[in-house]
Amino acid sequence: MKKEQKIIYVDNNATTRVDDAVFEAMQPFYCEKYGNPSSVHTFGGQVMKDIENARSSLAALLGTDPKQLIFTSCGTESNSSAIFSALHLCPKKKKVVISKVEHPAVLNVGKELVRRGFKIEEVPVDKYGRIDLQRMEEAVDDDTAVVSVMWANNETGNIYPVEEIAEIAHKHGALFHTDAVQAVGKIKINLSESNIDMLSLSGHKLHAPKGVGALYVKRGVRFRPFLTGGHQERNRRAGTENTPGIVALGKAAELALEHIEYENTKVRALRDRLEKSLLTLVPKTRINGDVENRLPNTANISFEFIEGEAILLLLDRMGICASSGSACTTGSLEPSHVLRAMGVPYTAAHGAIRFSFSRYNTEEEVDFIIEKLPPVIERLRSISPFWSENA
Amino acid sequence: MWDYNDKVMEHFIEPKNVGEVKNANAVGEVGNMSCGDALKLTLKINDEGIIEDAKFKTFGCASAIASSSALTEIVKGMTLQEASKVTNQDIVDVLGELPEEKMHCSVMGMEALQAAISDYNGEALPDSCDDHEGRIVCHCFGVTDVKIRNVAKENNLHSAEDIKNYCKAGGACGACLDEIQEILDGIWREKDEAEKGQSSQMSIVQKVMKIQEVIDKEILPMLEQDGGGIELVDINGNIVKVKLQGRCAVCPTSHITMKHTVQDKLREYVMSDIIVEEVK
Repeated sequence: MKKEQKIIYVDNNATTRVDDAVFEAMQPFYCEKYGNPSSVHTFGGQVMKDIENARSSLAALLGTDPKQLIFTSCGTESNSSAIFSALHLCPKKKKVVISKVEHPAVLNVGKELVRRGFKIEEVPVDKYGRIDLQRMEEAVDDDTAVVSVMWANNETGNIYPVEEIAEIAHKHGALFHTDAVQAVGKIKINLSESNIDMLSLSGHKLHAPKGVGALYVKRGVRFRPFLTGGHQERNRRAGTENTPGIVALGKAAELALEHIEYENTKVRALRDRLEKSLLTLVPKTRINGDVENRLPNTANISFEFIEGEAILLLLDRMGICASSGSACTTGSLEPSHVLRAMGVPYTAAHGAIRFSFSRYNTEEEVDFIIEKLPPVIERLRSISPFWSENA
Repeated sequence: MWDYNDKVMEHFIEPKNVGEVKNANAVGEVGNMSCGDALKLTLKINDEGIIEDAKFKTFGCASAIASSSALTEIVKGMTLQEASKVTNQDIVDVLGELPEEKMHCSVMGMEALQAAISDYNGEALPDSCDDHEGRIVCHCFGVTDVKIRNVAKENNLHSAEDIKNYCKAGGACGACLDEIQEILDGIWREKDEAEKGQSSQMSIVQKVMKIQEVIDKEILPMLEQDGGGIELVDINGNIVKVKLQGRCAVCPTSHITMKHTVQDKLREYVMSDIIVEEVK
C-alpha cells in the first residue's frame, strides 16, 4: 500500500474506527480524572459516577436496567465468563450446546471444555447458514447446563432466532447465553422483553476502543465471577475498572442508539448497492448467508474459481480493506468454518470476501469498490486454471 | 496479513509467463480446488531436450502465484536433466523467502514440474495431491507417507508443524499429526543411528557411561515425577538390566514403563538394539 493513499475501510466486523466524540469523552480519564473509583477521596470516588453514567447509556442501548450489566475487558472475556459461570453453578450438568458457526471465542471454549470432560454439541446449519431449530430441540437435554448461540454471525451477518433458542434451553432448565458482539449497535435490541439470560458484547465493534466489553446477566440468573479479586462491579468482575474504556463504551452506546435507524437504512443501502452491482458486473458470483435475515452492514460474496487472499492483496494496493473466508489469509489450510458448515462448495469458499460497512462509509467509497473490484477478479480468473473450463 | 517481500509481491502483481503454451508437449497439473491451490504447468520441450517455453495457470494465494511465476523463470532454457533436479528450495531462492506457513506453495511448484517431466517421458505421475503412491496419511488433503518423507528429507523438517507448512498434511482436522510425527521421528532416528553407529562400535566403557547418562538425565526425571526411581544393575552386550524403585517397583504396569519409557529412551539415545530387562 502506498503512503498517504486513501483508505476505504470496509472491514467493520473486524473492528471499527473510534468515534471522535467517543475519543473525546474518554480522554479526561487518563491525565485528569485518573483516580481509582474505589478510593475514599473525592478525586477518585467521583469517577464512579462516570462509570455508572456509562452503564446507564449502555443499558439504554440494550433496553435493560444498568444493574444487570458487568463491564469486562472484551467480548471474549464476557463469553468465557458466561459459559464457565453456568457450568460452575450447575455442577451436575455436563453438557453445553452451541452452533457450528460460533466465533472462535465460543467454539474454542467448547474445545477446552471437551478436554475438561464436558460434552459439547454443535448444532449444524443449512446452506444459508440458518440454524435448524428442530436439531436444536434434539440437542438440548436435561444434562445441558447452558446453550450459547451468537445473535449475529461475524462472517455472513446472519441473525439467529435467539429468543426461540432461549425458550428451547429453558424448557430443559438450561441457561441461554448469546454472543451479541456483532449484533449490538447494528440491530435493535430490547432485553427488557427478552428471555435471554446472558449476553456478551464488545466495545470495539461499535466505535469504542479495543479493551472494553460487557456482559449482561439477567436479574435472577445466578452468576459466578470469572476473575476473582477485588469487589469491583458489585463483586462480579474483579480488577480495577478500565475507566477510559468504560466511559468510551458508554458514549459509543449513546451514539449507537442514535444511529440505529441509520444503520438499518443508509448503511444497509450501501451494502445492498455493492452487492447488487457486483452480482451484475461479475459473473459466477454468489452471496453467502441468509439474504432475508442478516445484519444490514455485512456482505459475504464469493467470487468463484479464485482465491481470497490474492483478491484481498490486490484490493489492499488500492487502499480497500476487506477480509476473506479463505484459508490462506489466516495460515489455516481450510476455508472458514462458517462457510464449510454451510456446505459452500470449495470453488466458492476459497474466494469468499467479506465487506462490512459502518456509518463512516460513503456512497463514493462503494462506487470506488464497484469500479476497482471487477478488473481484479477478471485478472485473477485469467490466471486460474479452473476458470477457462468453467466460463 | 502476510509479510511478503518485494520479490514475492513482484511475481504476484506482475507474474511472468501466465497462460498455456501452445502445442505444449509436457503438462503438469497438481493440486485441486478443495486443496485450496492448484497449478497447471505447460512446457514446450525441443528435440534437444531443452525447455523452450514454460507457462502456468494457478489457483491460489499470492505466494502460490509467485511460486509458479518463479518456477517458469527457473526452468526456461534448462535441459530436462537440469529441470529434474529443481527443488522447492530453488523456487524459494528466487523469491528470497516465503513465510513458513506458505512453503507448501513452493512444493506445489516443484511437483508440477516433476509431473510435467513425467508426462513428457510418458511415465506415471509421481506422487502429488491427486496421486496415491504410498499410503495416505492425511486424508483431508490426500497426502501420502512417501510425500511426507520426501518433503521432510529435502527440507530438513523435524516437526509435524513444519510438515503442515510444507505440504499441508495435518492442516485440517489434525487427526494424523501424531502419525506424521512418528514418521518424522522414524526418519531422523534412522539417520542419527547411521551417524551414531551400532552398539558393537562402542567400547564397553563408552556404552556404560552413555547408558548411565541417559538414565540419569532422561529417564529418572520422568519416573521421579510419579514417585518412582530406577537403578542400573548390569549391562551384557545389548541387554541392559535395571531395577525399578519407589512406586515404579510396585506399579502393576511397570512392564509398560519398562518398554515404553526405559527401553525406548535408551534405544533413542544410545543404541537401537537395546533390550531392557527388569531385575526384581
